Amino acid sequence: MPNEILVFAEQQDGKITRPTWEAVAAGQRIAGDTGATVSIVVLGRKSSALAPELASADVAGVLAAESSVLAEYTPDGYALAMGEVIRSRQPQYVVFSHTYQVRDFAPKLAAALGAGFISDCLSYRKRDTKLVFVRQVFQGKFNADVEFTGNPPYLVSFQAGSFREDSVKRASTAAPITTTSIEIAPDKIRARPGERFREAKQAVDLTQAEIIVAVGRGIRAPENVDLARKLAEALGGEIGASRPICDGGWLPMDRQIGSSGQTVAPKLYVALGISGAIQHQVGMKGSRSVLAINKDREAPIFEVATYGVVGDLFEVVPALIEEIQKAKSR
Amino acid sequence: MKIIVCLKQVPARDSLLRLNTEGTWIKETDISFEVNEPDIYALEEALRLKESQGGEVVVCSLGPARAQQAIKEALAKGADYALHLDDPAFAGLDSYGMARAMAKALEAEKPDLIVTGLQSDDFGAAQTGVILAELMGLPHATIIMRIEVHGGAIKVKRELEAGWFQWIEMPLPALLTIQSGINKPRYATLKGIMGAKTKPIRKLTIAELGLSGGDLAPRQKISRVYVPEKRANTEFFEGSSKEIAVKLVNKLKNEARVL
Repeated sequence: MPNEILVFAEQQDGKITRPTWEAVAAGQRIAGDTGATVSIVVLGRKSSALAPELASADVAGVLAAESSVLAEYTPDGYALAMGEVIRSRQPQYVVFSHTYQVRDFAPKLAAALGAGFISDCLSYRKRDTKLVFVRQVFQGKFNADVEFTGNPPYLVSFQAGSFREDSVKRASTAAPITTTSIEIAPDKIRARPGERFREAKQAVDLTQAEIIVAVGRGIRAPENVDLARKLAEALGGEIGASRPICDGGWLPMDRQIGSSGQTVAPKLYVALGISGAIQHQVGMKGSRSVLAINKDREAPIFEVATYGVVGDLFEVVPALIEEIQKAKSR
Repeated sequence: MKIIVCLKQVPARDSLLRLNTEGTWIKETDISFEVNEPDIYALEEALRLKESQGGEVVVCSLGPARAQQAIKEALAKGADYALHLDDPAFAGLDSYGMARAMAKALEAEKPDLIVTGLQSDDFGAAQTGVILAELMGLPHATIIMRIEVHGGAIKVKRELEAGWFQWIEMPLPALLTIQSGINKPRYATLKGIMGAKTKPIRKLTIAELGLSGGDLAPRQKISRVYVPEKRANTEFFEGSSKEIAVKLVNKLKNEARVL
């Protein structure tokens, strides 16, 4: 249906994931702006079991596409199944959340369909009859307006948090559910996925911390992490870090904040020498107050900062520790 | 094992980027470029596989003349030879166009494994590697944190969100996108830098790939690049370190209420 928006629903162990609802919210918004209808598609061996939950959204329908090869996620299986669904329905837009799973198969799907895929968008704008998608480039230093050329279907994924789960419009009556079985020969699936697992148990749970002092590349050397640790102690908080710091072994992996680490929401988040790339912001933008100290005024971290200091953290932090201690002793 | 590493040259991390006059991309003059960081990890992984399994490492890079610098750096670290896709027609390609050109260049190489970084630090679509796999008919996995070779197959550790991982097995040939932090990348040695001078770099134009501009036609285009609107309520503090500290403590105490 040329006037249809198809939303991809992601599931994990038989549960609809949170980013799915953000994609539904995005799909509903786009539909409202383009006069289209929204349908949700969910894949799996028995994905019809998940359809009723999705059908609570205010959508035209839920499509449960089933195949025995979809019991576990594989890029081959998902790209083939979604390709089949898209070819038969011919939607205008296919909307995804920019999750690790979507990153894994959606470019393949787009290439197989000969379709365009604008990934990791923040928002969109309507210009005449077209939609222009906004995404970050150069690690968040700039935004870019990107538009599709050529013919639909157009595939688009939105960054986590771009649309709110709680803005999903619900309907009083459940949307109709269609179950369809998709023929995929088992030998088309070339990868064999194993069980999901976590490394050694997360020793530190930063998600419950009220105050976090996080360090990034701007800390320059492993011995300087002590300075951040002292600030954390003065504030009575935990220490965290951006990915490069943990990759370098300057702090253990369980201190990592961001898309591949922990997602935190403390009362105060202090970002020391963290530029604030998208992957980091995803993990901390729910913080109530953010203090960013960075020498680069253009650093994206300042976009989410409540308080900003453009300057040398090696001068500001010692002074700050001293003043905090004074304030506490009063 | 013949391993291809696809790497891209991007503006150096510390460059002060400015927009071009049309506001459609950055001004590429007056800034320095470096190898895209995740691609450095991909190269290191390829070199380690060569050391443990034998074989050769081939660099493939699409970009203007300046990309030679990135290629030479890879050769100096131990890659054996390079393909440099360089043609004015390659300017401004989207992920699909880049992947299409590279697929054409790499078919004849008959690689066992292709590795590349999970995304580039410039446009950052995180698509080129996956599209390349599709166009070459190869299985793939993304955001990889470990590679084990078992005969004609590999077992890889794929990173998932929030600290989760998954092992995946697949037959070779295959394509992997590599996550930063998978290894500790080496530096080029002086001997390596000297040795790189005699290593072949094969330049490939669009005509030599047997492609036309239409084959690489973008499916998306950037209409505008601009500085994002700053969140209006960021309050900046200036002055001496002591003055800043005093003001901050006041805010932390009375507004953020954490002291």
